[in-house]
Amino acid sequence: MSFLELQNITKIYPNGTKAVNETSLNINKGEFVVFVGPSGCGKSTLLRMIAGLEDITSGEISLDGNIINNIDPSERDVAMVFQNYALYPHMSVFNNMSYGLKNRGISKDEINNKVNDVAKLLEIDQLLTRKPSMLSGGQRQRVAMGRAIVRNPKIFLFDEPLSNLDAKLRNQMRLEIKKLQRQMDVTSIFVTHDQTEAMTLGDRIVVINNGVVEQVGTPKEIYSKPNTKFVAEFIGSPQMNLFQCKIENGLAKISDMQINLNNSLNIQDACIGVRPDDILVSDQGEYSSSANLVEYLGSDMIIYSSVGGQEFSCKLSSKINLKAGDNFKFDISPSVLHIFDNTSGQRA
Amino acid sequence: MKIKPIEILSHIILILGVLLMVLPIWFSFATSTHDNISIMTEGMKFFLGESFSQNYNEVLNEKGGWSEEVTAARMFMNSFIMALGIATLKVVISAMSAYALVYFRFKLAVPIFWLIFITLLVPLEVRIFPSYKIVSDLGLTNTYTGLILPLVASATATFFFRQFYKTIPDELLESAKLDGANSWRFFIDFLLPLSKTMLAAMFIFMFVYGYSQYLWPLIMTTDEKYWTVVMGMKIIFTENYEGVALPRTGERFAYIILSMLPPVLVVVILQRWFIKGLIQTEK
Repeated sequence: MSFLELQNITKIYPNGTKAVNETSLNINKGEFVVFVGPSGCGKSTLLRMIAGLEDITSGEISLDGNIINNIDPSERDVAMVFQNYALYPHMSVFNNMSYGLKNRGISKDEINNKVNDVAKLLEIDQLLTRKPSMLSGGQRQRVAMGRAIVRNPKIFLFDEPLSNLDAKLRNQMRLEIKKLQRQMDVTSIFVTHDQTEAMTLGDRIVVINNGVVEQVGTPKEIYSKPNTKFVAEFIGSPQMNLFQCKIENGLAKISDMQINLNNSLNIQDACIGVRPDDILVSDQGEYSSSANLVEYLGSDMIIYSSVGGQEFSCKLSSKINLKAGDNFKFDISPSVLHIFDNTSGQRA
Repeated sequence: MKIKPIEILSHIILILGVLLMVLPIWFSFATSTHDNISIMTEGMKFFLGESFSQNYNEVLNEKGGWSEEVTAARMFMNSFIMALGIATLKVVISAMSAYALVYFRFKLAVPIFWLIFITLLVPLEVRIFPSYKIVSDLGLTNTYTGLILPLVASATATFFFRQFYKTIPDELLESAKLDGANSWRFFIDFLLPLSKTMLAAMFIFMFVYGYSQYLWPLIMTTDEKYWTVVMGMKIIFTENYEGVALPRTGERFAYIILSMLPPVLVVVILQRWFIKGLIQTEK
């Protein structure tokens, strides 16, 4: 039995919106799981149901062997870091961190020890007497984490905690969260809409769309073998190129470009995906096109082009000399292709 | 540093405003330190006189009224008790009722709120007879309870607290829930400290409101022991004015000056809290 089990969880709001639909999921102890999906896909609702902040319409959640559907949030032993941190504005950092412990009737000395230990760990021990309004964004983030850590909960829940930080700080905090999680070995669930965060943080990723789990897997599995068209498009940056085509006997026809798939598939309405960095640009390439736009990114560059009216991009080393308007040749190996059936959206 | 003409102009306007507010009070105070003969012959005074201690001593300690028992000091105490009771209870009750209206999403919470709000249209003066009837049936005439209780519900304060609570982000409540705070703890540990400014402001308004009540205590009290300052202003030091004696204008001014002190004190004390709250918004 897994540490956290969700069974057929459904959430329907009073106004009839179905936010989460029949979701089942198992999470092991010590695992770092990321829920990722576009905004409004139900990932936060799912997290809030685990926290107990949202009622469960149907289904069952069990944590550490106990069904927690009807257990009060305070007794579930979960800690949550909110998007806006939800620090208590009228309390000092110390009181922010100790409030939960105080409510549990833990002795003063023990609270002091715990808070000081965690503050040292997070390097906020100089800030304990300050009010949240006197802290920077990164420091607030740390306090919010500290408040969660100090309670030593069974599960950490993160609800897009990095989205209020600037890009540099976000990368730094991301690393720190990962490190802390490893160090403390606490089961964690992290909700984000940012696929980079999902890929870098998660032991496993749960891709959610429209209240339905599209795919669960390690970052590598998700990236290299997306189960559905949605996952293929959502994960990876720049986005995977998708060509609408017709596949006849293993031959994909994209207007006048033909790719031999080395199989015997027949799909009327298909879609083949290829990651921008899987397109090999070389003078010996089988196909040719012209670059509409070139984006220079330093070590890499991205070329935007189109074939038969369908736009695509390829990522290549910026050492290659190519300008907008130039013609170039490229190759696509059948082994890197992802083939989807448009009618079902599933991988073929 | 060069001072712009517009700044001089605005300072002149501000100074004029201050004078307009302060001068009448100063005149009253200066006049209250003179003996009655000079006031009678020379009118209001601008400079201080020599009868300060005599006038103020008489005001505080002379027994007056029909029974010759009630002193001004007693009236000050009555007013203070009444205003304190009204302000405290009003603030407590409206803070709690607003809490119920905002956080306990029971059915009819909105209609109930509007019902409370509509009571603004029915001030005490309109319902003075039914209110009196109820209080006298309960046997509460000539008691502090009777003076305070009918005035403790406040739609205005409930409204302000409700609006304030609505600005508090939901995450705070959720986070507090996860930290094990029940609804009582959330009220005490979060809402009250967060609304400190609001509490102070409401307390000031309600104290002044309670202190300046005239009609209600006038109707409610037949026993002079429960007279309030505002009632006394009309009654006190008028009994000696019967043609032969001089009008006791000096004492009356002294009485007025004294009657201003409690509300001023409340404002001065709570104002610091109030302004501190305004400056460091903690949301």
